[in-house]
Amino acid sequence: MIEPEIIVEKIREALPDAEVDVEDLTGTKDHYKARVVASQFEGESRVTRHRMIYEALSEEMKGPIHALTLEVYTPDEWEQ
Amino acid sequence: MSNDNEDKKSISLPLAEGDDSSAEAPKSRDEGGDISSEIAKEVSDNRVVLYMKGNPAQPMCGFSARAAAILDAYGKPFYAVDILKDQEKRQGIKDFSNWPTIPQVYVGGEFVGGSDILMEMHENGELAPLIEEAFQE
Repeated sequence: MIEPEIIVEKIREALPDAEVDVEDLTGTKDHYKARVVASQFEGESRVTRHRMIYEALSEEMKGPIHALTLEVYTPDEWEQ
Repeated sequence: MSNDNEDKKSISLPLAEGDDSSAEAPKSRDEGGDISSEIAKEVSDNRVVLYMKGNPAQPMCGFSARAAAILDAYGKPFYAVDILKDQEKRQGIKDFSNWPTIPQVYVGGEFVGGSDILMEMHENGELAPLIEEAFQE
C-alpha cells in the first residue's frame, strides 16, 4: 500500500513541472492509474515516457504498487 | 500491467513453439546460454511474443488477459510465455526490457511495451501494420 500523494511527489521529483493525477482504481491503495502531463515527454516515445515514470517510482514498483496504469502526454498533446 | 508481488500458480505451457530457424546465437538455457540470452532468442525466433502471467486460455491477471485478447484479435499466432512458471524468467524479462511490469510484448524482435501501450496502439491503429510487417519478414 502507498498513499497517492507519495506517487505524485515521486513523479514530480523526477519531472518537476509535470501535472500528475493519480487515481486509486480499487480503493486498496495498491492499484493505481496515473495521468502525467510533462514537457519532458516532448520527442520521447511512449516506451521511454513510461520508463521515465517507472524510474521515478523504482522502489515503489518493487512492492507497494501492485499495478500502475499510465497515461502520458506532453502539454500540447493534452490540450488536444 | 501489474508487478510481481503476487504469488500465484500457473498451470500450462506456452501455447506456441518457436520456429526452428537456424540462429546460431543467442542460446537458451538448455543450450548453455543465460536467461538474457534465452529471452533474446525467444524474441528473435518468434514474430510476436507475449510475456504474461498465466496463458492466453487462462490468464492469471487482468492486464495479461487484456494483452492476450488484443493480440488474439489480429488472428496471427503469438508465442506466449508464462512467467509464473519460471521464476528466473520472471525477473529476467524485467531486467532484459528495463521494464518493471508484466505483461510485456515484443513484435518483430522489438519491445513494444506493456498493456497500456498495447491498448493505445490497438485503438489508434498503430499495432496492425506493426504485426503485419513482422509477418512479412
